[in-house]
Amino acid sequence: MQVYAYAVAGWLALAGALGIARSHNLVHAVVALSVVQSGTYVLLLSVGYQWEAAAPVFASGVPVTTPVVDPVVQAMTLTDIVVSATVTALLLALTIQIEKRFGTVDPDELRKLKG
Amino acid sequence: MSGRARLVVFVLGAAGLAVAFVFALGGMPPFGGSEHPYRDLAVAAALRHVTPNVVSSVNFDQRALDTLGEETILLGSVIGAAALLRLVGHEKERPERAGGRLPDAIGLGCYLLLPVTLLIGLDVVAHGHLTPGGGFQGGVVLATGLHLLYLAGRYRSLERLRPLAWYEFGEGASATAFVGVGLAGLAAGGSFLANVLPLGSFRELLSAGTVPVLNIVVGCAVATGAVVLLAQFLEQAIRITGGAGPGSSG
Repeated sequence: MQVYAYAVAGWLALAGALGIARSHNLVHAVVALSVVQSGTYVLLLSVGYQWEAAAPVFASGVPVTTPVVDPVVQAMTLTDIVVSATVTALLLALTIQIEKRFGTVDPDELRKLKG
Repeated sequence: MSGRARLVVFVLGAAGLAVAFVFALGGMPPFGGSEHPYRDLAVAAALRHVTPNVVSSVNFDQRALDTLGEETILLGSVIGAAALLRLVGHEKERPERAGGRLPDAIGLGCYLLLPVTLLIGLDVVAHGHLTPGGGFQGGVVLATGLHLLYLAGRYRSLERLRPLAWYEFGEGASATAFVGVGLAGLAAGGSFLANVLPLGSFRELLSAGTVPVLNIVVGCAVATGAVVLLAQFLEQAIRITGGAGPGSSG
C-alpha cells in the first residue's frame, strides 16, 4: 500500500508517454499527453497525503487544529490541471489546422508528405 | 525514425526514468506520514490571513504571483487558439442548418438546468475562500453551464447569449484586473499582490482580504476564456465550410 499511489503515478506517466510514442493520430497523442499529466497529479497528491488527515479546508465544524493533508501540492495540482486544459485546447487547435493543411493527422503520413 | 527505432528510444528513456523514479522514492519520507513542513507553514499563513480554504490562500494570497502566471498562460492559449482557428483560404461561414429533432425532455431539462448551473457556478466562485472551490472551478462551471443551450439544440440562442466580442473583452479585462489588484497591493502594502484589504472575521463571506476579489477576477477570466475557446471549436465544427483540401497550401 505504501508504494501503490507512487506506482500508479509512474505507471500513468509511462503509459501516456508510450501512447505518444506509438501514436498514429495527433488527437490520440494529445489525449495521451493528458494521461501523462494525470500521472503528475497523482504524484503531487501522494506526496502531500497523510493518513486520517482532513482536506485543507477549515469549513464550519472543522476545528483549525485538525490535521490536514498538504495544501501546497493541492494548489500545484490545481495549477497543473488548468495549464493542462489550456495546452490541450491549443494542441487540438493545431491539430485542426494540420488536418486542414495536409489532410491527415497521422504523424508518419505527415513525415512522408514533408519528404 | 521508423516505428521500431522510436520504440527502442522510448523503452530506453522510460527505463531510465523508472530507475531514477524508484531511487527518488527511496529517499522520500514514508507515504502518508505526518511530516509536511510546507503544510505547517501554509496552514499557519492561511490562518493568519483569516482564510479557511488553505488551497485558495496558497493560490490567491501566498503564491498569487504564480496564479498571475497561470492566468497569462490561459490568456495566451485563448489568443493562440483564436488565431489558429480563424477563417483561412477558401473557408467561409455557412448559415446554420436546421438541426435534427431533439426529444422535448432533453430541451426542457437543459433550460431548467441552465439557471441552476449558473447559480452553482457563481456560488462556487463567491465562496472560494471558505469552502472547496474558487475562481478556476466556478469559472469552468459557468462556461460549461452556458453550453447547456447548445445541448438543447439551440446554437442560435447560444450565440445570442454569447456575444463573443464581449467575452474576448472580458478575458483581457480580467487579466488586467488581476494585475491591477497586484499594483494596488504594491501601492498600499509595499509588495506586488500584497493582501491589503481588511481581513474580516473567520468563516465570514466578506473576509480574507483580496482572496475573494482575486477569486472573482479569476472566475471571470476562466469563464470568458473557456467560452471563447469552446466557441472557436464549435465554429469549426458547425459553421465553417469549404476548407483548403488535402495537399493544397491554402
